[in-house]
Amino acid sequence: MSALLEADALHLRFGAVRALDDVAVSIWPGEVVAIVGESGSGKSTLLRVLSGQVAPDAGGVRYAGAEVHALGEAQRRRLMCTDWGYVHQNARDGLRMGVSAGGNIGERLMAAGTRHYGAIRDAAAEWMVKVELDPARMDDRPGMFSGGMQQRLQIARCLVTQPKLVFMDEPTGGLDVSVQARLLDLLRRLVGELGLAAFFLTHDIAAARLLAHRILVMRHGRVVEEGLADRVLDDPRHPYTQLLVSSVLAA
Amino acid sequence: MIRRAILKALAIPGHQIPFGAREMPLPYGWGTGGIAVTAAILGPRDVLKVIDQGADDTTNAVSIRRFFARVAGIATTTRTAEASVIQTRHRIPERPLQEGQVMVFQVPMPEPLFRLEPRLAETRRLHALGDYALAQLRLYEDIAQQGEAGSAYNHPVMVAGRYLMSPSPIPGFDNPKLHMSPAIMLFGAGREKKIYAVPPWTEVRSLDFDDHPFAPVHAAQGCAFCGSTASYKDEIVADDAGGRVFVCSDTDACREGQE
Ligand SMILES: Nc1ncnc2c1ncn2[C@@H]1O[C@H](COP(=O)(O)OP(=O)(O)OP(=O)(O)O)[C@@H](O)[C@H]1O
Ligand SMILES: [Mg+2]
Repeated sequence: MSALLEADALHLRFGAVRALDDVAVSIWPGEVVAIVGESGSGKSTLLRVLSGQVAPDAGGVRYAGAEVHALGEAQRRRLMCTDWGYVHQNARDGLRMGVSAGGNIGERLMAAGTRHYGAIRDAAAEWMVKVELDPARMDDRPGMFSGGMQQRLQIARCLVTQPKLVFMDEPTGGLDVSVQARLLDLLRRLVGELGLAAFFLTHDIAAARLLAHRILVMRHGRVVEEGLADRVLDDPRHPYTQLLVSSVLAA
Repeated sequence: MIRRAILKALAIPGHQIPFGAREMPLPYGWGTGGIAVTAAILGPRDVLKVIDQGADDTTNAVSIRRFFARVAGIATTTRTAEASVIQTRHRIPERPLQEGQVMVFQVPMPEPLFRLEPRLAETRRLHALGDYALAQLRLYEDIAQQGEAGSAYNHPVMVAGRYLMSPSPIPGFDNPKLHMSPAIMLFGAGREKKIYAVPPWTEVRSLDFDDHPFAPVHAAQGCAFCGSTASYKDEIVADDAGGRVFVCSDTDACREGQE
């Protein structure tokens, strides 16, 4: 078995800011990797580079044997709507607010070539159930849903084509604590059932414990610590990680 | 310049070709795009027919016909069978077109993705990638909200399996006439300065779903004048009591039917 996605020696600067400073990452099929770090540590930048949206100044990203940043736009788009999924922190960035819930879920199927209306409706209903939404509301616009429901809808929209790898940028970010907990439970269940590989960004190291097999800790664009989730949480080695872990324990 | 754009358009069916042209002393919306194309292709032996909503006798159709008769010295006709060039707004004649005939459509908005993606640079990218999920999504929404594909006019078509194209605001009823037509179909958009084309014998499919095939609506009744049940009808109020009748929108086909 080989890594599903692999990146090494990634560098990216925005003016004087080193957003990525010699970052290496890999993810294996079915693995959940949490990327933890404070605001501005470079998490989102890393995710955008890994998913081919932003080119690094140096370093490469390989997915299934191909260099992601060397792919043509058509190929990259194809990856994005079949093999990959991207969950935005703000559901509004990942949903079409002017299109019904069913249409939002069905879009990727249509992009992948499905031309059967009934099959799209069936898949949309099935996915609404999977993310604990009422399929009877399939024709409602996302604006009529609560924040937590919109986030679950975004996840359904993303998973309907059964991607192999999902990029999640703080999917529980803007939500109330109880809503967050429910969403984390749901993600854990789906990731397990579907055998998904996922990058999961969070500044909440406790959330990482719930979901991740492995944790990367980022600070100022560098990966300061990396290891199995339990090891990092129980025996943090880098002083910054120790600080993160102790702040959670104290809370 | 326009001839060059027409040739390019014919070489890449359904693809919009920009063209440069001087401003015409005529407001947009009066058929400037169509007039530019017609002017570029007319030869001395051509016979021109101009229709507006299917009729040859509206002010606009009469003016355009008279204009070309005067400046190009060509013959004009109202008979589809006799015309070599037919400039049109809103309709394709009922009488099947023949090899050698050219249809020229006046196009108000050439971009079929316009309502779905307002950024023109992005629509060009989507065309380049052949990514028409958005158009399919719009169709999905129409069926989900209204039970059927809503666009009675200007229902988008796939040309030769490659480019999504606006058929101009013709009724869905006329869309099938674009498919495998022996005639040349040229589309001119004056305001947007785009020309596109469907060469003869080209596959033109209306966007649809396998289980909701594109099905244009037919009028419930026959034509009050010629009795045709097969033609596209206009519904008109016939008396003070609000009684309605259906009549052929294609006046020439109706005349033939009455003979
Ligand atoms: N497009 C950009 N132009 C300039 N600077 C940028 C850009 N994107 C990110 N940065 C900078 O790069 C650094 C890393 O930002 P990034 O958004 O990756 O952090 P993050 O870890 O995702 O933070 P947060 O938790 O707030 O989302 C920050 O200093 C940010 O200001
Ligand atoms: Mg971020």
